[in-house]
Amino acid sequence: MSLLQISGVNKHFGAVQVLNGVDLTVEAGTVVGLVGDNGAGKSTLMKTITGIYAVDGGDVQFSGESLIGVAPGARRQRGIEMIYQDLALCKQQDVAANIFLGREPVKWAFGFLPGFVDKARMDEDALKMIARLGARIPSIHRPVGMFSGGQQQTVAIARALTFNPKLVIMDEPTAALAVREVESVLKLIRQMRDEGIAVILISHRLNDVFEVTDRIVVLRQGRIEADLQTRKTQMREVVSYIVGAH
Amino acid sequence: MSSTDMIAPTSGWRQLQFFFDSKLHVRLESIIVLVVLGVAMSVLSPYFLSVSNFLNILLATSTIGVLAIGTTLILCSGGLDLSIGSILGLAGVVGAYFCVELEWPWFMAIVGALGAGAFAGFVNGQFITRLRIPAFIVTLGMLGIARGIGLIIAPNGGAIYGLPGPVIYLGQGRPLGIPSPVIILAIAAVLSHYLLAYSRFGWHTLAIGDNESAARATGISVESLRRKLYTISGMMAGLAGLIFMARVNAGDPTAGYTYELTAITAAIIGGTSLFGGKGSILGAVIGALIMGVLQNGLNLLAVQSYYQQIAIGAVLILAVYIDQLQTGKEKKA
Ligand SMILES: Nc1ncnc2c1ncn2[C@@H]1O[C@H](COP(=O)(O)OP(=O)(O)O)[C@@H](O)[C@H]1O
Ligand SMILES: [Mg+2]
Repeated sequence: MSLLQISGVNKHFGAVQVLNGVDLTVEAGTVVGLVGDNGAGKSTLMKTITGIYAVDGGDVQFSGESLIGVAPGARRQRGIEMIYQDLALCKQQDVAANIFLGREPVKWAFGFLPGFVDKARMDEDALKMIARLGARIPSIHRPVGMFSGGQQQTVAIARALTFNPKLVIMDEPTAALAVREVESVLKLIRQMRDEGIAVILISHRLNDVFEVTDRIVVLRQGRIEADLQTRKTQMREVVSYIVGAH
Repeated sequence: MSSTDMIAPTSGWRQLQFFFDSKLHVRLESIIVLVVLGVAMSVLSPYFLSVSNFLNILLATSTIGVLAIGTTLILCSGGLDLSIGSILGLAGVVGAYFCVELEWPWFMAIVGALGAGAFAGFVNGQFITRLRIPAFIVTLGMLGIARGIGLIIAPNGGAIYGLPGPVIYLGQGRPLGIPSPVIILAIAAVLSHYLLAYSRFGWHTLAIGDNESAARATGISVESLRRKLYTISGMMAGLAGLIFMARVNAGDPTAGYTYELTAITAAIIGGTSLFGGKGSILGAVIGALIMGVLQNGLNLLAVQSYYQQIAIGAVLILAVYIDQLQTGKEKKA
């Protein structure tokens, strides 16, 4: 049984058919690169996995169970995390608030008042997570909107990794990063694979995709154009599939 | 210390700001404005500095303070509630109607006022989240509707007099020498402060005001949260209506006219952002006190109330302008 099994997924926005019978499977502990032109439907496909969009037809199964009708929060609980292209951060809140958004641990204050958010524990875990990612953040108590693009990216990645995910979807995670930061994201992806986590990486940087993936899937105009073993293909072939010249 | 450890903000002023913001959940600037205003008033008027005048200010602040608390929660979520002044009036009429016209037991005044307020807020929330009509329009509509219903319920559109003693005590009593409305405001403030600053409910409220789609993606049920917030805002307006009714010993359908203006102003000078994602309940109370001191001072200086309306409006516009500058800085990519 595959970890993720997408079959025959359709999705349209108004008159525009964005996804056309997409099939895709992802096994645990593998890294799949998802590539395609702008507007090919990559982000939309990923959002049908996280539950932001409901599919019009087809099925999305995770660990053998259908996700149709399951809310985004419940999908996260099952182990699906996504780092969105726009990062989806609350810019006026601090690092811990963002990392734990929707999953804040609570404690009893003074031993008898219930329901207090456990800020101390969140800060501690946030620091650990940032350190594990090898990133630098000036102060975790500042609103994340005051950070650089790379630092914000770190926060978004930390949020995806803090709750032991089974599948991590990364939508253009290196677009805003400096070279050194790109390297650490690629290292992180390999580390996740070694821990048995499945990763779907969307990127325009084909060099990066070739460097870390096991498979490369090409999406073109809402259809799967090719599904290739990274070891057995070349940049030229992938590009020709992307532009539809194969 | 590792590189990711918190680095103390540079200057002493920044440090102090940071301490007030993150530990006390209130803006240092709001407190300074209140103190400066108090000092200015005591220089301008010999009557300002007295215990009885302070109690006057607190008493006058309690109604606006309760409204500003509900407004703060709404603004933090990126919403807006313009109907609170009208709901205040409606709540007082319903409460008075229950225990005077219908001769139900006194506590039904409380049930009626809070219930009417909560129900009006609930209706706001339904229209805003289910029919996706902008909050500005729905609550502007409710501003008219609630006022109209209050005028219909009250006989000949006039006030309902003759409330039972226990209800009047809620407005005019002085347990331990402190006016009851001030105690009610304090309790509402403490509970709401916990809610906004320390509970998941409050954190999610800030999150949906900050970035709604991000909050939704993490699994927060945005619509259901908004419905609760509008219901709470309505209930707070109902509580303010109860206090007002008890203070003047009448359910007056014209009560609370333009109070939304003062309450929103109080919330914003208390450090709550009109654009969502940031706010403080203690700030709302301080903001209400600033408005109270301002009005009290202008009264002592015998400034006509028309000019006071102008002052409140001007303060609102200025406060939002400052908020805009600040939020622009923080929301930058
Ligand atoms: N929420 C939406 N409403 C309407 N159209 C959308 C929406 N999201 C995406 N689209 C359209 O769907 C197509 C695919 O978009 P997207 O999935 O973002 O592509 P990609 O991520 O591959 O660049 C584009 O034509 C885009 O304009
Ligand atoms: Mg995209």
